[in-house]
Amino acid sequence: MGLFDRHAGLLEAYRDVRTTGYDPFQIRMERVLSPTEAIINGKKTLLVGTNNYFGLTFDESCKEAAIEAIRAEGTGTTGSRIANGSYNEHVALEQEIAEFYGKKHCMVFTTGYQANLGVISTLAGEGDFLLIDADSHASIYDACKMTQAEVVRFKHNDPSSLDARLRRLGDRPGNRVVVLEGIYSMLGDSAPLREFVDVCKKYGAYVLIDEAHSLGALGETGRGLCESTGVLDDCHFIVGTFSKTLGAIGGYCVSDDPDFDILRVTVRSYMFTASLPPSIVASVRQALRVVKAKPELRKQLWDNVATLYDGLAAKGFKLGPEHGPVVGVHLPDRMLAIGFWRAMLDAGIYVNVAVPPATPNGVSLLRCSVCAVHTAEQLEHMIEVMTGIGRQLGVLGDPKLRVVGGTR
Amino acid sequence: MIVENDGMTDTIDLRRESTLARGEVMGEICHHLLPYQTGEKPIVGDTVIAKDLTIDSLAIMDMVMELEDRFDISIPMNVVAEIHTVDQLADTILKLHARR
Ligand SMILES: Cc1ncc(COP(=O)(O)O)c(C=O)c1O
Repeated sequence: MGLFDRHAGLLEAYRDVRTTGYDPFQIRMERVLSPTEAIINGKKTLLVGTNNYFGLTFDESCKEAAIEAIRAEGTGTTGSRIANGSYNEHVALEQEIAEFYGKKHCMVFTTGYQANLGVISTLAGEGDFLLIDADSHASIYDACKMTQAEVVRFKHNDPSSLDARLRRLGDRPGNRVVVLEGIYSMLGDSAPLREFVDVCKKYGAYVLIDEAHSLGALGETGRGLCESTGVLDDCHFIVGTFSKTLGAIGGYCVSDDPDFDILRVTVRSYMFTASLPPSIVASVRQALRVVKAKPELRKQLWDNVATLYDGLAAKGFKLGPEHGPVVGVHLPDRMLAIGFWRAMLDAGIYVNVAVPPATPNGVSLLRCSVCAVHTAEQLEHMIEVMTGIGRQLGVLGDPKLRVVGGTR
Repeated sequence: MIVENDGMTDTIDLRRESTLARGEVMGEICHHLLPYQTGEKPIVGDTVIAKDLTIDSLAIMDMVMELEDRFDISIPMNVVAEIHTVDQLADTILKLHARR
């Protein structure tokens, strides 16, 4: 058997994808112009698939902070914090994130992926139980492969499914760690967190929530679903990323657990990789200040979500279950999704295409992510373009025939 | 008195559990796998789930969740990873069910 034979199925699917002309997994942004525009294939293109929820990648104050930090402290740390030590900036950032959540401890990682991978696989060890939502992000699934704990999946966003699985554990000794996400990355739906927390309390389980897509977007002060549902104190571990709303790269985990810092000498994805460079840390600290100082960005984001979601729904598109900064547009199959995606790129609009096995329940999606600094005109233009392509590809019915039916 | 009563219910429960028939488990598994059958080849005990059928790994895990709820057991993911055939899946379900 050849080295790549085991991937034969995937290679075939990938070949299918590429027959459409462009390879969605190798798009080149020839030049990024702003949080909402880039040159792709020589053409100015609207970006609606970059998780840049607040548009902070081009925020002047964040850029200046990063430039200043490079001048002062250089371009990189050239090692991990346990080997090369922490810079003042790392420690300050951790304090600021801990304060933001009102938690005692924070650990910063080089990516959110590494935060999930390391924290989850270390928290639940041999003899423990890890219970994860079926639609969990790849970083959570990968953590499950690394842990010695028993891993059980429960049905997506279904507290009764979690309840049944915790009940079945009965009085077997071992910690129970439940992993949830604030906003799910494919369909933009939120977890029924309060109900989940109630179930966890009933069985004495720890709650870890990944707020990757909800930081900034949810909650009175942008702390995420744990804040908007009023259960911040009941979430034992909150993980997040700097790579979306905060416009840079990196991950974190906060907690009140008095022994939390032991993770610094046990989590391998923290110990054995280089720490974030000073420029990133500086821009993230500034981005966090912007999130606190400009709650209007959150309102702009949700106004834009409403424009896009309601606009597409009105045209007859089948969408994810609720408003969210991620808007997932369902398409009947993989090839249609890829054809649709390509037609949009030709029309100057970039979104993500998500097809099985990367999607829940084998669905094919156009995954759009909304930005606070998208203009209403940009989004209305996008709805118009998508409607045209949808009719052309037969995804949307003839509007004349639809009038009678009215609702979706 | 109370202790005696508890003992009674335990015995009755155990006897009821042990009556879960292999045929019932096989029937339930086949019901879930039927949509993934290839051609005329029947689904039997030594059908290799991931190879002889058109089911992908995610759909296998989703089927496992359904079976878990049907038989009120949990099959840990690392145990699922070791299961290859329909027979092995049925054995695992029967074993976990008996241990409840
Ligand atoms: C839910 C979720 N968790 C974690 C991550 C990983 O974040 P990062 O980009 O910081 O590695 C992502 C992003 O890909 C995500 O969607």
